[in-house]
Amino acid sequence: MTTAELLADDPIWLILIKVVGIFAFLVVMTLFMINWERKVVARMQQRPGPNRVGPNGWLQSLADGLKLAFKEDIRPVLADKWVFFLAPVISCIPAFVAFSVIPIGGEVSIFGERTALQLVDLPVGVLVVLACSSVGVYGIVLSGWASGSPYPLLGALRSAAQVISYEIAMGLSIVGVVMFSHSMSTSDIVKAQGNLWFVVLLFPSFAIYVISMVGETNRAPFDLPEAESELVGGFHTEYSSLKFALFFLAEYVNMVTVSALASTLFLGGYQTPFGLGSLWSGFDNGWFGLVWFVAKTLFFLFVFIWLRGTLPRMRYDQFMRLGWKVLVPISLVWIVAVALVRALNNSGEFSQQQFLIILGVVLGVLVLLSLLLPDRKVEEDPNAVPITGGGFPVPPLDLEVPKAPTRRTPVVANLPKEPVAVTASKEASDGDV
Amino acid sequence: MGLEEKLPNGILLTSVEKLVNWTRKSSLWPATFGLACCAIEMMTTGGPRYDLARFGMEVFRASPRQADLMIVAGRVTNKMAPVLRQIYDQMPEPRWVLAMGVCASTGGMFNNYAVVQGVDHVVPVDMYLPGCPPRPEMLIDAILKIHAKIMDEPLGAARAAALLESGASTDLMPSSERFAKKK
Repeated sequence: MTTAELLADDPIWLILIKVVGIFAFLVVMTLFMINWERKVVARMQQRPGPNRVGPNGWLQSLADGLKLAFKEDIRPVLADKWVFFLAPVISCIPAFVAFSVIPIGGEVSIFGERTALQLVDLPVGVLVVLACSSVGVYGIVLSGWASGSPYPLLGALRSAAQVISYEIAMGLSIVGVVMFSHSMSTSDIVKAQGNLWFVVLLFPSFAIYVISMVGETNRAPFDLPEAESELVGGFHTEYSSLKFALFFLAEYVNMVTVSALASTLFLGGYQTPFGLGSLWSGFDNGWFGLVWFVAKTLFFLFVFIWLRGTLPRMRYDQFMRLGWKVLVPISLVWIVAVALVRALNNSGEFSQQQFLIILGVVLGVLVLLSLLLPDRKVEEDPNAVPITGGGFPVPPLDLEVPKAPTRRTPVVANLPKEPVAVTASKEASDGDV
Repeated sequence: MGLEEKLPNGILLTSVEKLVNWTRKSSLWPATFGLACCAIEMMTTGGPRYDLARFGMEVFRASPRQADLMIVAGRVTNKMAPVLRQIYDQMPEPRWVLAMGVCASTGGMFNNYAVVQGVDHVVPVDMYLPGCPPRPEMLIDAILKIHAKIMDEPLGAARAAALLESGASTDLMPSSERFAKKK
């Protein structure tokens, strides 16, 4: 029985339970994530981190959220009234919707009803996540435009360019997974990884996905849209109170979603890791899948924090070059290679052993050919100043310090010596008496 | 503000007041705003040795729209005064101002034509912190006193009158209080 068939006969109360459950999960994860991030970054910087509010500081993010709700809501005079209000809503809703297709656990029974721990299983599940993150960008762009202020506008433009460019790399990295699993439905992708996770089979895809997911969520080191040193707060500069909190919520929910998608696509989703299922069959229980899934997602979230605590922010042109000139070409070549290998493998003309030998020979030839490539010439800068010679007046390196001219003794007029006026104070007598 | 002014003064209102004040004191985000040498001490306060993050205050917001507390760290020149006022005006209510150092409080050693003699000529100040510059411990002490002050903020006129009549106030935390575990 496929997951789609399992989910098809869900009664309405079960769907409602799942909707509320996913919503609560995402909000709690956001609260937890903000706190965790502040604590982990603090530990990385040798600080204690938040530890006063609530037990061990774990209520800090809750206090932040409530405080933002109790603050004055400012709308600048130049802002567009409705768009200014709608933008945080537009960025928040897709973030939550995207999570609906993620399988967070296996087959379970809830109040006697057999079902899967997933809200919907669409045949185009992966595309839904990509589409939702694209729609989320509208919220950011509109917020920048509606604020009526230059900093948010610049931040929003950056963000739009960034998310669009990295979404291409992200989409291309997913193509490899789809080719191997023969399906775009998220639950089928998880089931296809029963023997071997795609992180092993498709490591380049995984690496590109991880890089582009950081770019996609506007997180450090790619947090150019909200670079404090350049753009104050970026697109949310003019936002205060609950609207700002909504942007914050959207950002963290997006992080959770892309991390969940990463564990679904490459780390086997809710499946038991490291062959632990053979130790005790209870590990393969559907509810236990929830534990594995959350653990894998938390791993990716930790990577987000780790990157933020380690790396400085990139320059914008370097960032764009990485996206368009490195990630996209590598993904394209990788997809072609994967397609070729799979086509040859499926054609049945070669046995497994022959196939591996051919693959090894091709790889070896490629490596040998790459050794024949000439080294890149060192470019000469026409504007470089020569160290010695040339028309430019620079001192030569072998400059000898000329000998100092012989000192002439100054000729002093031979004045008659007059006695200095005698004064009572001590200070006055600092000359020769 | 509105409705709460007309509500009877009872358990509900005091609890809401307590909750609101608790959230406000627990997440008091300062604005990124340093003027002179006191700013160096303010940055040190955010660093590993003193760590304002313990109180959830490491979030120095670049945008005044998201800040709650303006720490005026250093002397305010006449040229800077309108900028300071604009930043204060851009902050959403409720907001607090801490005049850090003797220059921000009174003009200090800069008794001349170029420097505003106390930032309270420009914005209302909630807490004056002496010192030239004050050490990070003193800044943290002032911030803890602002926290105590926030806990006493009444919710509406009726509560203000009741609070004034009872004369109750939150105990100030002595700056010698040790939080580290005893060894």
